[in-house]
Amino acid sequence: MSVLVVIEPSAGIINKGGFELATFGKETAALSGTKCIALVLGNASNAGELGIYGADEVLTADIPTYDSMVYATTIAEATKKLDASIVILKHNANGKAAAGRIAIKLNAGLVSAVNAVPVLNGAVLQVKRGVYSGKASATYAISSPIKVITVIGNSIKPQANGSAISVSVLDLPKLTSSLELVDRKTMSGRAPLPEADLVVSGGRGFKGPENWDILLELADTLGATTACSRPVADADWRPHHEHVGQTGVAIRPNLYIAIGISGAIQHLAGVNSSKTIVVINKDPEAPFFKAADYGIVGDLFEVVPKLTAAIKKLKHE
Amino acid sequence: MKTLVCISKTPDTTSKISFVDGGKNFNSDGISFIMNPYDEWYALVRAVELKEKMGGTVTVINVGDASNDLVIRKALAIGADDAVRVNANAPSSFFVAKQIAEIAKKENYDLIFLGKETIDYNGAEVGAQLAELLDLPFFSFVNHLEVDGQTNILKREIEGGEETIKISGPCVISAAKDLAQQRIPNMQGIMMSKRKPLTVVEAVAVEELVSLITHELPLPKKGVTLVSADNVDELVRLLHEEAKVI
Repeated sequence: MSVLVVIEPSAGIINKGGFELATFGKETAALSGTKCIALVLGNASNAGELGIYGADEVLTADIPTYDSMVYATTIAEATKKLDASIVILKHNANGKAAAGRIAIKLNAGLVSAVNAVPVLNGAVLQVKRGVYSGKASATYAISSPIKVITVIGNSIKPQANGSAISVSVLDLPKLTSSLELVDRKTMSGRAPLPEADLVVSGGRGFKGPENWDILLELADTLGATTACSRPVADADWRPHHEHVGQTGVAIRPNLYIAIGISGAIQHLAGVNSSKTIVVINKDPEAPFFKAADYGIVGDLFEVVPKLTAAIKKLKHE
Repeated sequence: MKTLVCISKTPDTTSKISFVDGGKNFNSDGISFIMNPYDEWYALVRAVELKEKMGGTVTVINVGDASNDLVIRKALAIGADDAVRVNANAPSSFFVAKQIAEIAKKENYDLIFLGKETIDYNGAEVGAQLAELLDLPFFSFVNHLEVDGQTNILKREIEGGEETIKISGPCVISAAKDLAQQRIPNMQGIMMSKRKPLTVVEAVAVEELVSLITHELPLPKKGVTLVSADNVDELVRLLHEEAKVI
């Protein structure tokens, strides 16, 4: 028996999201006293470091991850070969595209967007996830012999309790893809929103895209990822991948700083799982203050540069 | 071009969520329901655009009871030609995928569209399961699609980037923002939608492997600590020493 975690490197490197899954897999494997095997899809220079964060074994399979058919066949075959009873994928574009296929191939129950380490109750796995775009949560029981779950970013803190281990290639017949990958663009720099620890987000209060410099400077000072509200993305002030909320990205960072965002229910749905929320708004009646941990009522054009300066001062101390 | 668009009914985005029966069931009192935005704004509209450009038909399919007919009629008003409703309250995404696959496998659709996720369960599960049941390629989070005879070029959002993929033959596509622009049905569309065929079929049996235990609402926040705009240093101190997030 084992727990299989599927890790996708990004541009040849496993990032924090991959290490989170290793720790999540380790804690899930501990429920039944089995081992956690990490399967890395592609080459990653730091694959052995998964051992530091909880993997007992690290295997690699170099496959075209954009082809969900190849992806799912690989994981289903690996699950049988490694005698895995729980398969854990990341709740991202490729993980979601493959998880449903894998579940059907293995006659397994599937729960996606899981946000906490499961509970094992006899042969039944109990998992918790957000529903209604973060407005509520739900607990499910998976009763099939093999279980498939996808896990959202920032569900667990990577625990560095182990040591780096050697990496071997998973022995499976080579699969070919009928699809042609024409191009792949990756954005460098800031962490992707779903796994960012710190997020600075702007709303209509900025009055226009030309005023974003003060937000970007605050984000750079913090090492934070930038986000925005829906009206801002709809007006093309910011790229739409920055849109957080019910019809955008749902996030759960350690710190979410909302600047010039009133806090409509659809926006709150996407961010209310954040550990700490700071709201900066000139309107003391803005509904966002009710969902905030800390707030400043004031003009963002004055408050934000002061905040950046104060954080710079803290970092110098 | 023969396309199928899978649509869901979801609570309106402004809905306040609550549960009844000890957390088991959604409280639909006072809730207004809409077509899932990703299904409507992007999946359905792109399918209708392709029909307008290349000819063919657009069929919409929904799994649900007769109360979903309003949402189905809206899809017909936006431009779908006909509709199928599988008459059942779906307990899981697997159930939905299975019902749609039963219909789709008899029809040889060129493209099957659905939204990237529903805004109630946010699972993004049906597309992959449906594609697997039909043995078709599946592309999640597609934000651009060009169809030229037999070849399709699509762009999909991936974590921290975007991929461009070329494909020939049928596939299942989950639609993300920018695949199309929202359309408001016009009066002619609304009038015509009433005469378009809506076929109701019964569901096939599905063995469920996942069951709901309960729903919960988030704990209320303890309340906001307000800091003066003239004392930003104090906010930084609180974030550093109390919340320990910076």
